[in-house]
Amino acid sequence: MSETLELVRETPLLQLSMQQAINRALGEILEHDDRALIFGEDVGVLGGVFRVTDGLQQRFGANRVFDTPLAESGILGTAIGLAMAGFHPIPEVQFDGFAYPAVNQIITQLARMNYRSRGRLPMPVTLRVPSFGGIRAPEHHGESLESLFAHVPGLKVVSPSNPQQAYHLLKHAASMPDPVIFMEPKARYWNKAAVDLADDQDSISLEGSVIARPGKHATLVAWGAMVSRCLQVAELAAEDGIELEVLDLRWLKPIDEAGLAASVSRTRRAIVVHEGPHTAGLGAEVAALVSQSCFDTLRAPVERVTGFDVPYPSGDLEDEYIPNIDRILFGVQRVLEYRRG
Amino acid sequence: MAPRALDTLPPRIADAAVPGPDQLRDLYRMLTNVRQLDTSAVAWQRQGLIPGYAPMLGQEAAQVGAGFGVDKARDFAFPTYREMGVAYTLGVNMVEYMSTHKAIWHGGLYDPVATHFAPFQAVVGGSVLHAVGWAHGQTLNGQTLNSSSTAGLGVALAFLGDGASSQGDVHEAMNFAAILTAPVVFFVQNNGWAISVPTEQQVAGGSVAARGAGYGMPAVRVDGNDVLAVLDATRRAAAHARAGLGPVVVEAMTYRRGPHSTSDDPGRYRTLDDEKIDGGEDPLSRFRAALLERGMADAAFFAEADAQAQARADEIRDGVVDLTSRPGSEMFDFVFQESTPTLGAQARQWREESEHV
Repeated sequence: MSETLELVRETPLLQLSMQQAINRALGEILEHDDRALIFGEDVGVLGGVFRVTDGLQQRFGANRVFDTPLAESGILGTAIGLAMAGFHPIPEVQFDGFAYPAVNQIITQLARMNYRSRGRLPMPVTLRVPSFGGIRAPEHHGESLESLFAHVPGLKVVSPSNPQQAYHLLKHAASMPDPVIFMEPKARYWNKAAVDLADDQDSISLEGSVIARPGKHATLVAWGAMVSRCLQVAELAAEDGIELEVLDLRWLKPIDEAGLAASVSRTRRAIVVHEGPHTAGLGAEVAALVSQSCFDTLRAPVERVTGFDVPYPSGDLEDEYIPNIDRILFGVQRVLEYRRG
Repeated sequence: MAPRALDTLPPRIADAAVPGPDQLRDLYRMLTNVRQLDTSAVAWQRQGLIPGYAPMLGQEAAQVGAGFGVDKARDFAFPTYREMGVAYTLGVNMVEYMSTHKAIWHGGLYDPVATHFAPFQAVVGGSVLHAVGWAHGQTLNGQTLNSSSTAGLGVALAFLGDGASSQGDVHEAMNFAAILTAPVVFFVQNNGWAISVPTEQQVAGGSVAARGAGYGMPAVRVDGNDVLAVLDATRRAAAHARAGLGPVVVEAMTYRRGPHSTSDDPGRYRTLDDEKIDGGEDPLSRFRAALLERGMADAAFFAEADAQAQARADEIRDGVVDLTSRPGSEMFDFVFQESTPTLGAQARQWREESEHV
C-alpha cells in the first residue's frame, strides 16, 4: 500500500501510462539481458500498433528488435527455436484474437518443450498479448484468453492492472525460465499513475495477488482492467457503508490460493469479476478454490459477474457485455442479501 | 514449375568432395545398422516389447545421407517421429531414442542439447519453425560475436515429409527463413504417402522443392534412395546455408516401404504390387551393388557389416528390455523450471494417495 512507501527514496515516482511503463520495462530488459529479443508484427520501425515498443529498435538495433512476417504461428515457432538457441524471446502478438493462429505452437510446443526434453530445453519466452476489450475495436480485437492459457500445463499467465504492476511484473516475467503469457489490458494502456521504479522486492511484491483496496464485507476478485472497475465499485459501495475488499489476482496461473483464501476468509463473501465468457471461465476456478478453502466461513455462494456466453460483440454493444459498475453492484447485492434457506 | 536445378547450389566442397573408400564403407555400415534396427523394432512391437513404432524402411539412404551431410559439432537436427536413421547417424544413444517407442518418455530420454538432435516430435510439421528460430539464433550469435565468419554458421536441419508440406507452419517456416536469411536446410523426405493419402493427393504441383522458387530460395530434388546423391545435396545445401546465403530445400524422393506405423494396414490403400513397382530398387542393395562395382567392398565385408548390425541391434534390444519406467514424480518435475505451489500440492497429493493404495 502507498502508506508503507519509504519517505526517502532513491528513485523518483514517475507518472506513467501503462504503455509507457511497459516500454520502459522492455528497454531495461534489453539493456540488462543481452540474450533478450523483441519481435512481432510492426514492433520495429512503427513501435507497435499501441506504441508499446516505441523507440526500442532505434535504441537497440534491428537484431534485438525486429519485425516479423504477418504470421503468429511463425512468431511463436521462431521464438521456441530462438529459446532453444539460448535466447530470451519476448514476442508480441498484436491482438488477443490473433493469438489463435499461434495456439497450436503455444500449446503443443512452447508449453511442453521443457517437459518433453526433461528440462534440457527451457522456454524462457514471455509472450506479450494486448488483451481484453473496452476500446471499441473490430472483431477479434477484444478477447479474454486467460482461461484458455491457464488450462494449459506448462504455461504461466499474468495480467497487470496498472502501470506500476505492469512495469515490475513484466521485468519479473522476462527473468523467469518458463513461458509466461503476459496479458496487457489494452483499455488501460493510456491511464497514467505513479510508478515506483525501485526494484526493492520488499516493497514491490512480484508473486501472488495483492490487495488493491482493503475491506471487510465482501471480496471482489479481479484482474487486468476489471481491477480499476472494481475499485470504482468499492468507492461507490463505501458511500453506502459497504466496505468491499478488492483483490487483484495478477497471476492467473498459478493462482495465489493462499492470498485468495486469506482475503475471503476475512470477508466471508466473494464476487469474482472477469471479462471473459461465463462458462468455464477463470471465475469458475476461483469459485472452486474459495469453496474449498473457505467453505465453513462463507456466508454466500461465490458470485460470478462476467462476460456472457456470446462471441465478443461489436464496439457498440461492448458496454453491455463487459461487467459494468451496475452489474458488479448487483452481484455484490446478491451476495450480501443471501440468506441460507 | 520445375524445381531449380542442383547447380544453383554451391559447387562441391573440395575437401569433402568425393567420399573415400573408408567413408563409403562407413556409409554402408550405417545403412545396414539402421535397416537392422528398424526391422528389429517392428519385431519388438510384434513381440510386445514396445507398444508402437513408425518404421522408416526404404528411407535409409535419405536419412543416413542427410545425417552424414551435416556437422555434428555445430549443426542441429529437428526430427519428426520417423527419423531413427538420422538419430543413429548423428550418434544419438539408440536405447534412449527407442525409449519414446517404449512409452517411457514422449521426447525420448536422450539429451537434445548434447546430441544436437531435438526431442522426438509427434506434431506433423511442428518443429520446422523451431529450426528456423534456432537457425536465426546462429545468425544473431555470429553478428553479436562479430565473428570473421571463417568458421561459418551452425545449420539447422529441418526434417519434414510430403504430408507435412501441407501444413501452414511449413509455409510460415519457409517464408520466415527466407526473409531472415536463416541457415536452414529444409530436408523433405517425399516418401509417397502420408499414412494412406498418396503424394498426388497431398502436394499440389507434385513437388515440395518447386515451392522453393516462390520463396526465392534454392531447392533441389534428389534421388532419395541414392545415399551418395543425398549426401552430396545435403552437403551443398548446408554449405550454402553455412555461408550465410540463406535456406535451401532438399527434396529427397524416396518411398515408405512399410506401414505408417505398426498400427497401420497398408493393404487398405495400396497393393503389394504397387509397393514393388513404386518402391523401386531397395536403397541398401543398390548401394551394395555400387560398392561391389567400384571394388570398394567384397562379400566378406558385407557379411561382417551385416553381422555387426545384427549384434548391435541385439545390444540395443537388451537396453530397451532393461529400460524401466520413470518415477511418477517426474510427471510433475519437468513441467516448469520453477514449479508452482499448485503443482507442488498436486504432486504431494499424488504421492500420498498412490503410496496408500
